[in-house]
Amino acid sequence: MRRFAPRVKRTRRGDYELRLPGEERELLRSLPGQLRQAMPTDDAGVGRLFPPAFKDDPERDAEYRRMVHDDLMAEHLQALQVMEETIDARRLSEEQLTSWLGALNDLRLVLGTRLNVTEETYQEEMDPEAPDTRAYGLFFYLGWLEEQIVEALASGGG
Amino acid sequence: MSSSTAPVEVDRPVGKDVSETDRPWLVIVWNDPINLMSYVTFVFQKLFGYSLEKATTLMLQVHQQGKAVVSSGGREKAEFDTYRLHAHGLWATMEHLS
Repeated sequence: MRRFAPRVKRTRRGDYELRLPGEERELLRSLPGQLRQAMPTDDAGVGRLFPPAFKDDPERDAEYRRMVHDDLMAEHLQALQVMEETIDARRLSEEQLTSWLGALNDLRLVLGTRLNVTEETYQEEMDPEAPDTRAYGLFFYLGWLEEQIVEALASGGG
Repeated sequence: MSSSTAPVEVDRPVGKDVSETDRPWLVIVWNDPINLMSYVTFVFQKLFGYSLEKATTLMLQVHQQGKAVVSSGGREKAEFDTYRLHAHGLWATMEHLS
């Protein structure tokens, strides 16, 4: 049973309604730009978006990284840009919503890595006085929204 | 039968290590505490065309056993699959079948 209005709904035409309240759009608005600015840095969270391909072979891994780094960066930046450009949209195409999914997932990965999220994090009671409370709140909100986007896209059968 | 591990006798590129060229590469996805289970399932379906059932089975294997082999093949294919998984934020590595 849902006790909230779904944020994403597939229409009969095959695109998607994005029913985000104003305060949620404001919360999301600056995030793609913030991540884009952090991308060229050696921020530990951003490092999560460029994982190793070879576990025990640093030489091959370095070669892989040289080969894919620019393309991988371009894909991450492209998703962030689409989310940024459509942050006020009421309707998204499937392609645009897929970019939102990518951008939100990247944002969660970076934020969750910075917060040292573990499996236990999801079980713990939040301390409202803790300094990271807002960041955790954002992390869980992003997951909640992402879950709905996955569900909407999966229901599209494509 | 040990044919699965014995290299097939074919014309080999001179100077190349047999074990290097003949053994398939495995693409492995590792468990991580951040990616959503539904998202991981969705990515497996999207990238590999797996059914919901197969994608869910693989996702649960990653979640419960820590890792799962999600595809295999020649080095280029494995590299391409690993790259696409990375582009989707999944923790993927590739290694030789041993």
